[in-house]
Amino acid sequence: MKSYPTTTALTDVLSKPLRGLARCKSRTLLGCLFFAAFAHGQQPDPSDWTAVLEQARNQPLYFYAWGGDQQTNTYLNWVASELAERHDIDMTHVRLSDTADAVARVLAETQAGNSGRGAVDLLWLNGENFASMKDNDLLFGPWAEQLPNFALVNADANPDVRSDFTVPVDGYESPWLRAHLVFYYDSAFVASAPASVSELLAWAERYPGEFTYPRPPNFLGTTFLKQALLELVSDTSVLYTPVGDSDFNAVTAPLWHFLDALHPNLLRQGRSFPANGAELHRLMVDGEIALAISFNPTEAVNSVVRGELPDSVRTHLPQRGTLANVSFLAIPFNASHKAAAMVAANFLLSPEAQLRAQDPDHMGGTAVIDVTVLSQQWQDQFAATRQSHPAAPAAMTGTTALQEPHPSWMDALEAAWMARYVSR
Amino acid sequence: MLRAAPALMVILLVIPVLLGLAAVVLPAFGYLPVLGLTDPGLAVWRELLEVPGIGHSVALSLAAGVITPLLALLLVMLFLAAVSGTRWARIMRQLVAPLLAVPHAAAAFGLAFLIAPSGLALRLISPELSGWQRPPDLLILNDPLGLSMMAGLVLKEIPFLLLMALAVLPQLHADQRVAMARTLGYRPVYAWLWAVAPALYPLLRLPLFAVIAFASATVDVALILGPSLPPPLSVRIVGWFADPDLTTRMLASAAALLQLTVTLSAIAIWLIAERLLTPLLRQLSLRGIRRRGQATINFIGRSTLIVTLGTLMLSLMVLCLQAFAGPWRFPDNLPTAWTIQHWQSVGSVLSTPLGNTLLLGLTSVLFTVALVLAALEYESRRGLAPQRLLWAIYIPLLVPQVAFLYGLTLLLEQLRWQPGLLVVGFSHCLFVLPYVYLTLADPYRRLDPRWQQLAAALGASPMRVWWRIKLPLLLAPIATACAVGFAVSIGQYLATLLTGAGRVSTLTTEAVALASGGTRGPIAVWALMQTILPMLGFALALALPRIIWRHRQAMRGSLT
Amino acid sequence: MTGMTLRLQDIEITLKGQRLLQINAQIEPGATLTVMGPSGAGKSSLLAYIAGFLAPEFQAQGEIWLGERCLNGLPPEQRKVGLLFQDPLLFPHLSVAQNLTFALPADVPDRSARVELALENVGLAGFAERDPATLSGGQKARVSLQRLLLSNPHAVLLDEPFSRLDSHLRQEVRQHVFQTLRDASLPAILVTHDAEDARAADGTVIELG
Repeated sequence: MKSYPTTTALTDVLSKPLRGLARCKSRTLLGCLFFAAFAHGQQPDPSDWTAVLEQARNQPLYFYAWGGDQQTNTYLNWVASELAERHDIDMTHVRLSDTADAVARVLAETQAGNSGRGAVDLLWLNGENFASMKDNDLLFGPWAEQLPNFALVNADANPDVRSDFTVPVDGYESPWLRAHLVFYYDSAFVASAPASVSELLAWAERYPGEFTYPRPPNFLGTTFLKQALLELVSDTSVLYTPVGDSDFNAVTAPLWHFLDALHPNLLRQGRSFPANGAELHRLMVDGEIALAISFNPTEAVNSVVRGELPDSVRTHLPQRGTLANVSFLAIPFNASHKAAAMVAANFLLSPEAQLRAQDPDHMGGTAVIDVTVLSQQWQDQFAATRQSHPAAPAAMTGTTALQEPHPSWMDALEAAWMARYVSR
Repeated sequence: MLRAAPALMVILLVIPVLLGLAAVVLPAFGYLPVLGLTDPGLAVWRELLEVPGIGHSVALSLAAGVITPLLALLLVMLFLAAVSGTRWARIMRQLVAPLLAVPHAAAAFGLAFLIAPSGLALRLISPELSGWQRPPDLLILNDPLGLSMMAGLVLKEIPFLLLMALAVLPQLHADQRVAMARTLGYRPVYAWLWAVAPALYPLLRLPLFAVIAFASATVDVALILGPSLPPPLSVRIVGWFADPDLTTRMLASAAALLQLTVTLSAIAIWLIAERLLTPLLRQLSLRGIRRRGQATINFIGRSTLIVTLGTLMLSLMVLCLQAFAGPWRFPDNLPTAWTIQHWQSVGSVLSTPLGNTLLLGLTSVLFTVALVLAALEYESRRGLAPQRLLWAIYIPLLVPQVAFLYGLTLLLEQLRWQPGLLVVGFSHCLFVLPYVYLTLADPYRRLDPRWQQLAAALGASPMRVWWRIKLPLLLAPIATACAVGFAVSIGQYLATLLTGAGRVSTLTTEAVALASGGTRGPIAVWALMQTILPMLGFALALALPRIIWRHRQAMRGSLT
Repeated sequence: MTGMTLRLQDIEITLKGQRLLQINAQIEPGATLTVMGPSGAGKSSLLAYIAGFLAPEFQAQGEIWLGERCLNGLPPEQRKVGLLFQDPLLFPHLSVAQNLTFALPADVPDRSARVELALENVGLAGFAERDPATLSGGQKARVSLQRLLLSNPHAVLLDEPFSRLDSHLRQEVRQHVFQTLRDASLPAILVTHDAEDARAADGTVIELG
């Protein structure tokens, strides 16, 4: 098992400016103090929101976010124009093909001793990327709970926004969107979707070659493994503690048994897997498969409405609970424009931004704010975003939201899957 | 000033690569102080050897690195032999130059949709001929042996080799060689094979090494067409470098050095094979074969190249269809509706990436062409043997990008260079310069020295000789070098992404970012945009000398 | 027009320690020294040494005097030594007139008139704007020689200049060249395989090898 690196070396790097200060000769002490004061002045205080707004004015903002979805990109274009109009912030959406690229960027800057001029101002992330950055002290904070709009999340009633894959958020990232795992299937080719992942085996034997999942360590592929694991193990509590605390082989044995039996009935007999959710979606569009998974419940209906998927597609929630999580926004410790980043994160939590994010005509995600705390007028508008098309997902009521296991399980599952299914 | 050019070139090419490599050497042996790891040792290598399927990955990279150039070379040689003395070669040249401009990723996308089980090829015969109402469950793309990946690479490298060959053939006086051999009774095919090919091969060797290095370390083509369980080594390295678990970086560093070894091994294998085959081929050429089987070679040479180039063009056509396609389901031969919606959605965000792409391409080409011309002129005045510079030129082409770009990013960061157009432009020069040099060096050196001697004897200063005689005589190769450099700059993905911290968006970064999740329509639009620009460059490079020299017969080079 | 004398003093050219040739000669204005010998005897190296283009792998010593000037160490463009090769080598990207203008020293006035006159002298009036590729072999040879003369050389080196011409043309061009050189009283060195050339040159003959 890989362990997370110790943090001592990183704190070493971070404390360099302080040690530099200690080494100052009296002659230059004034200059050093000036530098320190200046550097300190760059750090905005989230509790003084007026000051943050003032500091953010005329700042550029580099928002690093996955750029693989045209609708999300268009949505963020709108966000950029709103931020320019409301707060004089010049936002650039840096389109990532993999969030880890931005994490790697921050690490490279840290290695180079760059602790105040970082390229990344705001980062869309969750799960293991967050755990890794938090463990390595690469994040600025805490700041998220001081945002004026954080109250709309109603965190006391929705505690899941305070932990990211079991790792306490501690105010180091601000919630943005919700997601949970769903099936979608083409009713023209198959009668139904399996009731749950564990029943997928029987389903796949009936419809061989009609399903596949993205290959781990792709995020959606690993999510599929976690969903299966949560359904297959008798005692799920071990999954919420670090993987090192339990006998990995014993706990996961049912999963491998299940996958060994499933793979011969997958598309290409399990000899090749799609790279990611988008490729999986393309396989559905091309009619190569009749069942797929998605971490965005409205992905299928939005795609049907756009005319990509046929009208016969339906969305189906796993009956025995579905893996759910929240995606977040974080600010690296060395971000150049932290005030602008906070203002942007706050705007993204506003009812206008959340409504547009949920609107299938724009982004088609799931809002993270608690609609019940809003005025009736807003509640009506949010209710109106529900698609009437039969491909739309059923409401989450009556289905348990399964919480994400500890992030260390993710690594371990990915490694074990690779060891088992990658040909030597 | 001239004297500084070769040194500047070496510095520009070698230092960044070596420093970038040095930055991965230490972590590869377990030294990464920023993570508190300061005990050097071989533990990382042991871990690397235990990675599932690592042997398979290495074998894939090695196989791609040897088989791809071999097939491409064979097809190009057979084709040139088959069309020697016909009008075909001239037609081909006009066809090939634009095809060279197609970026690898764009070609791979087109090919993928052409040959996939749900692709255009099977749609055309379904359901009428095949009876398939649903796409058959066939493992065509991403096959474990990497056949479709190698096919994609061969498809893209053939235009490159063909253009390189067509560019140097006039200097070999191929026409005279063929004519001479034909008077000795050899049919045109054999006249070309025995009299021209042996002289052509040494001139193609350097481009071939670039093909070997590219094929053995490709990332984008492998991602789209290559096997996934496991993928070739280069793809795994990119994944490891981007792993949020920072200790994986050491594994990635070791793998980067392994990739370097794999690429060098592929070249070594090539050289050994060359050494073994050369005497055999020479013997064969002296056995007096004049006509036996020439019809077969003619047929194979023409048909295979037509098929490969046809496939490439079909792939492009598929991209064009996709870019305007509304809903398009299997087994429909054409979309049920047409739309310009993909262009509209891309058009709204096009201006910045397009501007950056043009700016980066033009400045890196201007800078590198000027530098290469200065270095070549210095070399020509001093009468120096070219060998001195070559190793430096080849370094950025032979060291896989994944092996040194991460280290280079770190280095630039330490120099406090703000990520931006300047730094990205600098990194582009690193890859543009070798191609510009390779395209230009041979024509420059092979320019008849008597032109220069004659002009000097007529009293012209070296500067005047260069400006009035050499530059105009070399206009066509210089224009070609500019177009090649422009295309190389446009195709840069990893370099743009890393050194620009992702802030500098170009047509290529947008296309690849969207490829990780977009629907086919917008991807096709980006891929087409990414193709059109370099095509314009090549069109200009072809047209310019023709227009300028329209009244000068001898300046229009013959082909075969 | 009084010409200069070309003197070659104890010239010795070696390649990898092997002596190729040794020569001592004085060529009066209007006279031609013919150097004959088999391939590889160093004939072309001798011309390259005099013109200033000797490749670095050769070693050479001995002084070259043109009139009162020692040419050793001068760059080729300042030696005022004209060259005629096997091929006429008209610059293919320049018109006939541009080829000739290129040879004119910068300080010559009435450049286009000079060029016109030069063309007229060899019966090529009206050819100024022609593409050199459209000229016949004899026409090219004549333009090539005019170009050489316009550069105002003080000596001329001929590297098998007639070998590529067919026989009746060779006769005509040969006479034209030697007559022109004599009229201009230029000292010349002719390198050739052809005994006819040597006879027509009507000067000292040195056999190498």
